[in-house]
Amino acid sequence: MNVGSIIRGARRLPLSGKIGLALVIFWIVVAIVGPFIAPYPPGSFANEEVFAGSSSEFWLGSDFLGRDVLSRLLSGARFTVGLSAIAVTIAACLGTGLALTAAVGPRWGDELLSRSMDTLISIPSKIFALVLVAAFGSSIVLLTLIIAITYVPGNFRIARSLAVGLARLDYVEVARARGEGRLHLALVEVLPNMIKPLFADIGLRFVFIVLLLSGLSFLGLGLQPPDADLGSLVRENTSGLAEGALAIIAPAVAIASLTVGVNLLIDAATQGKAH
Amino acid sequence: MAAAHVDVRNLCVTVRTPDGSPLHIVDDVSFSIARGEVLALIGESGSGKTTIALSLMGYARSGASISGDITVGDATLDGSGKATLAAQRGHRITYVAQSAAAAFNPSRRVIEQVIEPALIHGTATAVEARRHAVELFEALALPDPATIGTRYPHELSGGQLQRLMAAMALITRPDLVIFDEPTTALDVTTQVEVLQAFRKVVREQGATGVYVSHDLAVVAQMADQILVLNRGSVREQNAVRAVLEAPADDYTKTLLAAARPVIKAAVPVAAVGKPLLSIEGIHAGYGPVDRHGRAAHPVLTDVSLQIGRGAAVGVIGESGSGKSTVARVVAGLLAPTAGAVSLDGQPLAASLKDRSREELRRIQIVFQNADVALNPAHSVGEILGRVLRFYHGTSGAAVNSRVAELLDLIKLPATIADRRCDELSGGQKQRVNLARALAAQPDVILCDEVTSALDTVVREAILELLAELRRDLGVAYLFISHDIATVKALCDEIVVLYKGTRVESGLRNTYATPPFHPYTDLLISSVPELRTDWLSGVGSQGKVPFAHLSESPDLCRFLPRCPVAIAGRCDVFPPPFRTMTAGNAVLCHRTEAELAGEFA
Repeated sequence: MNVGSIIRGARRLPLSGKIGLALVIFWIVVAIVGPFIAPYPPGSFANEEVFAGSSSEFWLGSDFLGRDVLSRLLSGARFTVGLSAIAVTIAACLGTGLALTAAVGPRWGDELLSRSMDTLISIPSKIFALVLVAAFGSSIVLLTLIIAITYVPGNFRIARSLAVGLARLDYVEVARARGEGRLHLALVEVLPNMIKPLFADIGLRFVFIVLLLSGLSFLGLGLQPPDADLGSLVRENTSGLAEGALAIIAPAVAIASLTVGVNLLIDAATQGKAH
Repeated sequence: MAAAHVDVRNLCVTVRTPDGSPLHIVDDVSFSIARGEVLALIGESGSGKTTIALSLMGYARSGASISGDITVGDATLDGSGKATLAAQRGHRITYVAQSAAAAFNPSRRVIEQVIEPALIHGTATAVEARRHAVELFEALALPDPATIGTRYPHELSGGQLQRLMAAMALITRPDLVIFDEPTTALDVTTQVEVLQAFRKVVREQGATGVYVSHDLAVVAQMADQILVLNRGSVREQNAVRAVLEAPADDYTKTLLAAARPVIKAAVPVAAVGKPLLSIEGIHAGYGPVDRHGRAAHPVLTDVSLQIGRGAAVGVIGESGSGKSTVARVVAGLLAPTAGAVSLDGQPLAASLKDRSREELRRIQIVFQNADVALNPAHSVGEILGRVLRFYHGTSGAAVNSRVAELLDLIKLPATIADRRCDELSGGQKQRVNLARALAAQPDVILCDEVTSALDTVVREAILELLAELRRDLGVAYLFISHDIATVKALCDEIVVLYKGTRVESGLRNTYATPPFHPYTDLLISSVPELRTDWLSGVGSQGKVPFAHLSESPDLCRFLPRCPVAIAGRCDVFPPPFRTMTAGNAVLCHRTEAELAGEFA
């Protein structure tokens, strides 16, 4: 797909999709340039006052330690957007890859994969992540991998049911009768037809990952201070909740706009293609 | 003629195209129906026949708007009479849909569903409605009318459900019943029974009807008037007999011609040496195989047939006869539990993975439904190109020129190569489906109901194309269909399957005159003919002596439905194959003289 067709595709999106696209692009830009344009280093105690309101020096006020909220938000977005995006990509590639293997492979392979995924899915995702973090520590790389693995079974389930349905269709039978190998069946015949619902699933899972990451940070098992993702910004400022401090509202609005943006975009994009 | 009971003036149904301009999918249609008469709406798909039928209920699909005047009894479209059409739905105006199996709620007993319209609209008490329903069941010739209602939909056959749906439509004694292709999804043998039941009940109840169909021969049995539609406008309207005998419009003439497939010019088949493809004593089925080598759900029992080089062999039978399974076994998609398939005298491996690419190339399969047989994610060029690269190692510009050649062969413009399959019409898709098989340059093409989902006019064109390809390329066909007229038009040899056994096989001309197998006779006599008195002439199957027996794999499979079974013979021994003087082989206890006598 070249740039021209992407722009044409974006023009055809309904209004909700355009809003979603704008929000997503905004957050991607923030994630990339945020740390460079932050007025203060994210860990510096720039303000004497805690939970200060908006001012010309501190646009989004200060947090519970007097740090600049805007600077922390700008550097935190990178962790949330980047980590979630990488984790969801790994989860979707693994889950969908295994699902395709199950769908076009021998029956026993399908059974084996499905039952092992059932086992994984039966463990609550937060507890599972907790155990893994406790066992292996919480570096950023490990955190990403752990979160990705937590979301593989869910993606596998959705992708497998899609792929098994598609693998029974006549065009796959025709390819099978032609003597095509399993790799061709999976990647050329089946995969292109499950992209749309898969993207809807990935969008949802991206949001879950943002929330899981925030949850882990809340328990102190996510990103370690002074780094902070958007979730930990909310958590560390909970004491400001009673006074309605900007320090807690700003990161919460940030998470909301990111997740709503992603979902609006994916809904609009997948619907548009269906017609 | 009585005063018009249903009156439609200047009906237009309009949708907006993506660029905003209005498009008339029904354009200025006017007609009227007298009380107690049945009007048929006939045309190809896309002719607007269902849209007109739905607008009689004041219903338009989302995005479409209805204009014009419609009066049904006291109701009008805009409610200027006593009521609006929409308020009459399910009460004064009722509807019989194509697929009754999908229209019934599987978790409720059928009688509850049949009387529901009467209860909702308060036309009868539950007791009265039940009594009326049983009367209707009787009129519709349903078995055990008193108790059939207590069953659940899955316990009934498609033909029975279709009749129950008619009962549901008639329970409120409506002013107008709309039949929307009610027999299209049924087997021919079932269709006859359902048509007979419909006609009887419509006459007895004096119901006024609209019968939507693409099949002229079916309509000829049911309707008093015919309205021929093409692209949303009326081409001809006249009494049935006049339309059939003296069609005034060119389009009607095309439809009539397509309804009687002509036998395609026969190709002289070199009758030398070994057959190209030979199937010997195939047993096959689904599910796990037991110790005796029988599948849990056996489908085919001892099926044999031969196809010569460049020959066309037809396999016909109703749904569940195992005809598609034959193609799947030959293609290697299903391994037979016994028997062998050989190509040019060389035995073929049972399963796909043990066959060489060359063997796979020589046998290609084409499925019925081109909508799901072509991958919607790929363009036509990609679909055809893949086959060329895979079997012939073609690459680069050679692929494009070969794709263009193939498209030319199936009479589609070369520009279509860049289009996706979902942008093509049904007939175009089926051509591409064929082209994919041709791209492999096969010796045999297995055609599994390739014309069944198409309109008559398109079907005729595809049959013509198949015959032409055979003449020009010398490709052989195993042509599977439920429609004996289609098979006769294309094939020189025909095999009749019933419940997975071959009951008759012979050259095409042996199917012109008796003796036949009793099942073949039933099949042939069930195909509606283009005359109004055909349905009355079809003898309702005489007494069936063994209707109480269930079918057994050790006896004649047709025994429970056979009108000429002999006690002491047919219910004791398996039947032998008899060769008739015309050359056809028939699996029956009856001798040639007896069979000829029975059906003379």
